[in-house]
Amino acid sequence: MSVDEVSPPYTEVTRHAVFPTPSHDEAARFNFLANFNKFMAAGIGAGNALTYEKRVLPALVKAHGREPKDRFEIRHAMNRDPWHRYWSALKRNSMEMRQQNGRAMVLRQLDELDAKARQFNEGRDTLVLDPSVEVPRYQAAIDIHCMPGSYHGEERPGDVSAGANYDCGIFATTGGGLGALNDGGGQALVEWIGKERPGWVPKRILDLGCTIGHNVVPLALAFPDTEVIAIDTAAPSLRYGHARAQALGAYNLKFIQMNAEDMSAFADASFDWVQTTMYLHELSGSALPRVINEGVRVLASGGLMLHLEQPQYSDAMPLYEQFIRDWDAFNNNEPFWSAMHALDLKGIMAAAGLPHDHQFVTGVTAVVDEAIFPKQAQGAGEDHGRAASWNAYGAWKPTA
Amino acid sequence: MEAHRVTDEIDWIARAGIKAKGKRPAYFEDPATDRTLSIVMALVAEVSVMRERIDTIERLLEAKGSITRADIENYTPDRAAGKERGLLTKAYIARIMRGVQQDMEALAELDTPSVEELSKTLRDM
Repeated sequence: MSVDEVSPPYTEVTRHAVFPTPSHDEAARFNFLANFNKFMAAGIGAGNALTYEKRVLPALVKAHGREPKDRFEIRHAMNRDPWHRYWSALKRNSMEMRQQNGRAMVLRQLDELDAKARQFNEGRDTLVLDPSVEVPRYQAAIDIHCMPGSYHGEERPGDVSAGANYDCGIFATTGGGLGALNDGGGQALVEWIGKERPGWVPKRILDLGCTIGHNVVPLALAFPDTEVIAIDTAAPSLRYGHARAQALGAYNLKFIQMNAEDMSAFADASFDWVQTTMYLHELSGSALPRVINEGVRVLASGGLMLHLEQPQYSDAMPLYEQFIRDWDAFNNNEPFWSAMHALDLKGIMAAAGLPHDHQFVTGVTAVVDEAIFPKQAQGAGEDHGRAASWNAYGAWKPTA
Repeated sequence: MEAHRVTDEIDWIARAGIKAKGKRPAYFEDPATDRTLSIVMALVAEVSVMRERIDTIERLLEAKGSITRADIENYTPDRAAGKERGLLTKAYIARIMRGVQQDMEALAELDTPSVEELSKTLRDM
């Protein structure tokens, strides 16, 4: 990390028309956290590998007379190591502090935020809420990434607190790596498809588990003549996301409250592109194949299915790297993270009707204004689990 | 003073800090250590916030001579000032985290003798 590599100030985050207004000190708290997270990753993150090589691995090999057999064995050993423990305790605190600051900022101005969202939501047919959609059990079991209330929590009925808190604090968690609108993932999709299929204009795009639409808005804006539909089970996130999308001019984007495990409301083969972005790891072992199956069913022949995720674990990935990539699973309330990343995603996609020879994996890095928002470190200094670069697991559906 | 306006229905101070559902890992044998670290980290953050606020006041005073609290709330650093303030925060974090960072460096020299051992060696050398 070069000496002048710092997180951009919070004031560089774009304040769209429903974005909460930070006080001076709330912005400063996020500035501290963004730089602290940068320090924890790029500054001293390498200490985890060092203590593993110098202390934990030799002791483990000595005790068992063999190399560690999986990432779980490494985790149990690392959790007894004083250096790793302290690093984890600091990181956990940073996550909790980000939530408290985001919630304080949102809740003190919730009247205004709800009013602003209503202005963009009322009377528009691009927001379709369905109170009969239940919060899935795998979402209700725990508050995902230590976010009190998760994506679906409400401080009062009909509010946008969950979405607004998610939006305002993701800057701190990622050290600004996702750009001014935290949409670096979606911007990357736009750039990727432009190179992959120049001139292609999908008629209909479906985004699954959209939360507040960070990554689908860029698609809707890039394809203004395309009908874009984004679904999620969490109404508070959809209310905020719809208002945000309208404020940003994405009028061809419709938000529907729906569980992707059952998309019977959509006809077979009715979308040209089915997309998920950092979504699969928030499902469950039985929900994930159902979502993939449904996604393939509604996908038109010749259409694109694309999943942006952190890299899957494989035998080729060193066990230590699997362990450190698992940190969020056990320290940041991501209970499906570890199991999901060990799944045979390609096999699941093949079983759903996307044969292996139609599949591809490619790397995608956040597209941001690099004059302000720095490229994120990868490798030793990477903030595993949050790095603004992903693997894209995709397939073109065979033509019938 | 931050220009906070209290909403009638929601105790935003209490609700902001509620616990996320899910068992929190215990990082240390003594739970008091976990609690103390949370308090220390909150203080560390608040000192950083105060330092940034002072920097804002200094910059505004330098530019304008006299300022209001609204000026502070609305202050937006330009690109250069944003970078300078980022460096202030970065250097502050480096000072606060020196112990953890030096513990990390010590991991690279686990085989190095203690000063006590070294002093005996030197005596007999």
